[in-house]
Amino acid sequence: MTNPPLVRIENLTKVYQAGEAEVRALAGVSLTVEAGEFVSVMGASGSGKSTLMHLIGCLDRPTSGRYLLEGREVSGLNRNALAEIRNRTMGFVFQSFNLLARTSAMENVELPLIYAGVPAAERRRRAVETLRQVGLGDRLEHHPGQMSGGQQQRVAIARALIGAPRLLLADEPTGNLDSRTSREVMALLQGLSRAGLTIVLVTHAPEIAEWTSRVLTLKDGLIVSDERRAAATPAAAAPVGAVEVAP
Amino acid sequence: MTPWTVLRLAFRALGRNTMRSFLTALGIIIGVGAFIAMVVIGEGAKARVEEAFSSMGTNLLVIQSGSSSQRGVFGGFGSMPTLTWDDLKAIQTEVPSVRHAAPQLRSTASIIGEELNWTTSVTGVTPDYFEIRNWQVDSGVPFTSSDIDAATKVVLLGRTVVDRLYGPGADPVGQTVRIKSMPFQVIGLMARKGQSPMGQDYDDAVFIPVSTFRSKIQGGLSNFIAGSIFVGASSPEATSKAEREVRSLLRDRHRLSAEVDDDFQIRNLTEIATAQQEGTRTLTTLLASIAAVSLIVGGIGIMNIMLVSVTERTREIGVRMAVGAKPRHILAQFLTEALSLSVLGGVVGALLGLLSASRLAARFGWPMLVRPGIVVVALVFSAIVGVVFGLYPAQRASRLDPIEALRYE
Repeated sequence: MTNPPLVRIENLTKVYQAGEAEVRALAGVSLTVEAGEFVSVMGASGSGKSTLMHLIGCLDRPTSGRYLLEGREVSGLNRNALAEIRNRTMGFVFQSFNLLARTSAMENVELPLIYAGVPAAERRRRAVETLRQVGLGDRLEHHPGQMSGGQQQRVAIARALIGAPRLLLADEPTGNLDSRTSREVMALLQGLSRAGLTIVLVTHAPEIAEWTSRVLTLKDGLIVSDERRAAATPAAAAPVGAVEVAP
Repeated sequence: MTPWTVLRLAFRALGRNTMRSFLTALGIIIGVGAFIAMVVIGEGAKARVEEAFSSMGTNLLVIQSGSSSQRGVFGGFGSMPTLTWDDLKAIQTEVPSVRHAAPQLRSTASIIGEELNWTTSVTGVTPDYFEIRNWQVDSGVPFTSSDIDAATKVVLLGRTVVDRLYGPGADPVGQTVRIKSMPFQVIGLMARKGQSPMGQDYDDAVFIPVSTFRSKIQGGLSNFIAGSIFVGASSPEATSKAEREVRSLLRDRHRLSAEVDDDFQIRNLTEIATAQQEGTRTLTTLLASIAAVSLIVGGIGIMNIMLVSVTERTREIGVRMAVGAKPRHILAQFLTEALSLSVLGGVVGALLGLLSASRLAARFGWPMLVRPGIVVVALVFSAIVGVVFGLYPAQRASRLDPIEALRYE
């Protein structure tokens, strides 16, 4: 293997202090994610799947263990270095979209580029381009309050994509969406995956995990199963091209 | 992230809550406005006092005779004549720090014009008197030393007297008025001087040669001066020196031993003027400090709102951090918001302060004196208030944990 894996985690633990009690959110997880994989992380609430995603996303630092991102040890980096990694390497999609209120789709999408120091004109150009890519070329000036849930999540995906990340992390991206919109969003993510983007998706819903090519199951802070399979497009889903159709 | 981008972000955030931003800035607006108005008005009042004192005369000492006491009743200064004409001559010739010394004899008399009469102060003086008091004749001519020598019956009228006898704007130079039924020729009119710092009308007086006053008005030629001596020192700095020298000269001439009090009184009007200005300055400082306190209260308002804003926008901060904002980016953003509020408030406050000061100045007829420095001081101070009171909330924002911030409900 010439290139190191995108994500390589060795015996990662995370312990939270909750008052007097210690909570072991991760009890020693080892995992490798190669570039291009579409991974879903499943598990009941409290299984540690969100904690794992936060650690992979460099939003948090592990209590112990190693985390090599593209071969580079990142588990001991300071807040500034982690912020830089999040800015350049990661894209985040959240269950509750987390768009800035009363702020246009375009301004929401260009946010990561502000912190990357990209000049304003270039930011706007790329924001428009990325919004078109997710099928929102006609919603540039709309505020989150003027858009449906599916549209908001697509703005959030555009925001995650604009920095050309190596890794897209999605935390229950369909948790707040109805099933039809969920399928649209999953089809969009699958399209991105087919185009070569590495995606790690946290979900508790098996029908969402079906879209992915690898399913990890966590229980009590440990990986209890790791299934690889051919990525399937669930029968009920619209074809990938559907996301290009204006809603 | 360029400063320009930071500023734009700050203005966007403030613009999302216009009413709140305005109310927050209002504290600073009022503080800076009050501060500038107070200082500008204070400067105007000070200039007004200076003006009043300069019309009284410059570097001025006034010497009066001592007080009389008969059976325990004290008559007040001037009631017992102790100053002699020889004293005056000695002051004129023997004290180097004195440039001029002139007598002033006063009496109240009725002046009769062509149709009207007016009772006013008749003052006997020498030409030096006008030099000392810095008073000018703006129509006709002043009297000269030959008028003093010959005791001519000439008179200079104050403007109020002219108004009363001839009506406003009249020019009665060359006409004759009667003082104590004696005809005096009007040779000139005094320039308008306004009020003394004590509110006395300087223009309600007429001036005649002191020799004429002694022979015709006062009656009886005494060796003593039944009035005051006005002394003009050679410079403002020399005023105190002149006071000391005149005092020791008079004590010598009156043969007063060391333990005996002065039998005359010297008033140093420069000192009085300085004291008055000091008083005005103290009042200005007091008012300006109260205004400055209100500026600090405005700063606390900013801090309060910024803390609320940080709490409200915890999720936003989490999102910004997730997409790559470093702690210093967050710090810069919130600090810039606080700074924008305080500086904008400062600019608006400065404009309002200048506006209200000019209104008040126009209303009270004060000069409007704006030192640009004071506006700069107010703006710098409001910026400092913004930084000081914005720093704590901004630091709190920048130290948030991204995960907790994202989870915040």
